[in-house]
Amino acid sequence: MERNANLTGELKMKRTNELIVALAVMAVIIVITWGVFAVGENMPRGVTQYSQDVYQLHNIILGIVSVIGILVFTAMFTAIVLHRRSKGYQAARFSHSTKAEIIWTAIPVLILVVMAVPATRVLVDMENTGGAEMNIKITGYQWLWKYEYIEDDVSFFSALDRDSNRARQLGSGINPRDVENYLLEVDNRLIVPTNTRIRFLLTADDVIHSWWVPELGWKRDAIPGMINEAWTLIEEEGVFRGQCAELCGADHGFMPIVVEAVSPEAFRAWVSEQRQELADAAHDSARLWTREELMDRGHNVYQAQCASCHQGDGTGLEPAFPALVRDGVPTGDLETHMYTVLNGREGTAMAGFRDRLRPEDIAAALTYARNAWSDGAGEVVQPSRVDGSDRG
Amino acid sequence: MYLVFSLAMFLVGGAMALVIRAELFAPGLQLVNPEFFNQMTTMHALVMIFGAVMPAFVGLANWMVPMMIGAPDMALPRMNNWSFWILPFAFTLLLATLFMPSGAPASGWTLYPPLSLQGGNSLAFVILAIHLMGISSIMGAINIIATILNMRAPGMTLLRMPLFVWTWLITAFLLIAVMPVLAGAVTMLLTDRFFGTSFFNAAGGGDPVLYQHIFWFFGHPEVYIMILPAFGIVSEIIPTFSRKPLFGYTSMVYATASIAFLSFIVWAHHMFTVGMPLGAMLFFMYATMVIAVPTGIKIFNWIATMWRGSMSFETPMLFALGFVVLFTIGGLSGVMLAIVPANFQYHDTYFVVAHFHYVLVTGAVFAIMAGVYYWLPKWTGYMYDEKLGKFHFWWSTVWVNVLFFPQHYLGLAGMPRRIPDYAVQFTEFNMISSVGGFMFGFGQLLFAYIIWKCVRGGEKATAQVWDGARGLEWTVPSPAPLHTFDTPPLVDDNVAVHRDQLT
Repeated sequence: MERNANLTGELKMKRTNELIVALAVMAVIIVITWGVFAVGENMPRGVTQYSQDVYQLHNIILGIVSVIGILVFTAMFTAIVLHRRSKGYQAARFSHSTKAEIIWTAIPVLILVVMAVPATRVLVDMENTGGAEMNIKITGYQWLWKYEYIEDDVSFFSALDRDSNRARQLGSGINPRDVENYLLEVDNRLIVPTNTRIRFLLTADDVIHSWWVPELGWKRDAIPGMINEAWTLIEEEGVFRGQCAELCGADHGFMPIVVEAVSPEAFRAWVSEQRQELADAAHDSARLWTREELMDRGHNVYQAQCASCHQGDGTGLEPAFPALVRDGVPTGDLETHMYTVLNGREGTAMAGFRDRLRPEDIAAALTYARNAWSDGAGEVVQPSRVDGSDRG
Repeated sequence: MYLVFSLAMFLVGGAMALVIRAELFAPGLQLVNPEFFNQMTTMHALVMIFGAVMPAFVGLANWMVPMMIGAPDMALPRMNNWSFWILPFAFTLLLATLFMPSGAPASGWTLYPPLSLQGGNSLAFVILAIHLMGISSIMGAINIIATILNMRAPGMTLLRMPLFVWTWLITAFLLIAVMPVLAGAVTMLLTDRFFGTSFFNAAGGGDPVLYQHIFWFFGHPEVYIMILPAFGIVSEIIPTFSRKPLFGYTSMVYATASIAFLSFIVWAHHMFTVGMPLGAMLFFMYATMVIAVPTGIKIFNWIATMWRGSMSFETPMLFALGFVVLFTIGGLSGVMLAIVPANFQYHDTYFVVAHFHYVLVTGAVFAIMAGVYYWLPKWTGYMYDEKLGKFHFWWSTVWVNVLFFPQHYLGLAGMPRRIPDYAVQFTEFNMISSVGGFMFGFGQLLFAYIIWKCVRGGEKATAQVWDGARGLEWTVPSPAPLHTFDTPPLVDDNVAVHRDQLT
């Protein structure tokens, strides 16, 4: 009898001891967890109702898994602190407990159900792309984006801006810190109105890309031959930056996305401005250009479109990206050169630029490539030759 | 041999990772051009997965499974020989692409078309190398299954087998099921690239997303191929150093089997952003979340094994404990990734990179290291240097967290993966991560040194080696003779490792 009482007393003491240590261990782990959260960055809240839902969902799940982690590690480290041989702790012999196992199967199931409910609600909301007030088609190219405002008949390309592009060249000597919004600025921003439900139609021309602006709360792949849908409704004006999120080749890291949300009135004004510019540009491709004009524009087009593969001095990166100097295409027949630039070369990374650039840009780039280096073929190419209008 | 090969590949793949981390140390391109950077990320993954982790597990199985089940050796020695010798050739082919005019593959280890089809002729070498690795893995798996099912000593019933044997049995079935799927997928790539077919070419009526479905039908079970044997190793080590039988042996076996089953129906969670129907996304989300249940059971069982044990902390135990903690962190971020709307944010960012390095480096690789320290005395007949081993553990654990933990922050802050250069606001955490990478990486040379030193000699190991160890491998002398158990031992509940009689 007495011995039994002693044993129970010992067991009780053991239990109390375990509880005290467990609380201490838990305190330490909570402090560590808190530190880990305090040091780091969290997901951005975003500027749409949807992105805020995702942000909340993320925080809830993060909270749940953190609590699970804290409890699991508390149990483990309590055992490590107390039940060690160096303290002369005698090993128990138990190896099975159906009750415990049922409990730690059932509780996780319940937790998962709790997580699944809000996740399903937010997902169903995201996938409902109806009721759009305007549509924008996004096409991914290597390595830039094309935006088409379907209702307004406005379209343009959007590529890495020139300052970032210069600084990001290998051994450029420019400190990226001196470039404003390094790698997150484009030449033409995607301008959208606030408080308007916008549907995006995403596709790609060459390989798979993925359009991602964290502030909008989602990313969606742009896949050649397929059209994906997504939507947004931006509530506040501002500039939101993102990047391509699916590996798409050498310059995957250099095709940013910049969305500028403006008031619906400002947006209308911007659209009419764009349409005016388009009309002017049509005039541009019809007129005759001087050699200086073409070389000047050609330099810019070449740097933006061609230099990342063929390099600024036309020496290329053999063998994947051929040199343009020394027996390169621009030193030979103009028709072949023009055909390659317009249609691309199958089975290589050389894209066709027929739909990507305006005729005067292609003409300028051709002129530049045939004149800029000492061994080029030297002709001047007019826009009318590129779009075939010189042949009637 | 497998183990030496995989250690060599571990160091090669590690060197590639260091090139990546060196370039990412600061914004701007300093060392390599983007094309070469992409080759490095691609090759790093292929070498680490197929060259380091998988052969290491096969090597451990070859050495330990016969000893653990009381067999003289593996069932099919010739096939084993062949399966090993394919590997050096496969990796010669793969690594040779680095020196080819069109360069190594640069489309990520997943080889998604159309991007992978843009590369040069070296793609053919990569695909052939993958075929060879697949053949090698399948043969290894057949051999392991044949050994386990046919060569168990009398009395070694299936439910008396050590968990390492169990996990490998299940893994071997996974391998046989999915390696042919990978072979089919890359063969279609091959014909698309060289013979004018259009399986994945939208312009020819194909579907680029089809490849992703096929690839991940292989890819997800592959993930478990790399982690189930790790579960097995840890389930051997924790009871030994807790001096207490494994808690819930039977439920561990069932949990392993259900994880293997679930791995076949969750593949699309790698591709939530490709634009799937709502119903499909919901299905894959729920199925993925369910995996947390058997995985949770395993972690709880390990902790219950330690609870009221009499623990001591030799190097194998330290690595096993490191595994439990850090793998749990990787598992919890995995649950977060399963939540589709949040996945739309996490997908293809450094958050994912952090997640899978937690499960693969501090999961699979830590378990392999734990296993190597655990069985090294049995293989060599000498004890390794305990002081150095412990130092190796602490060094690795500290720096691996410095390396991978900040990557969670980077992903949440919006840094996509697979980019050679980044916006300046990501600089600080990238620098920390790179420092961690170099410290962790060079620390692994110490691991090679400890093994080398142990092979050369040291304190003689007894047959039992660890006082709490149970199982047939500890009944033979150290080093284990070339043929263990010429006469099969009799196995009953007193010899079996696990005593989980259901009442």
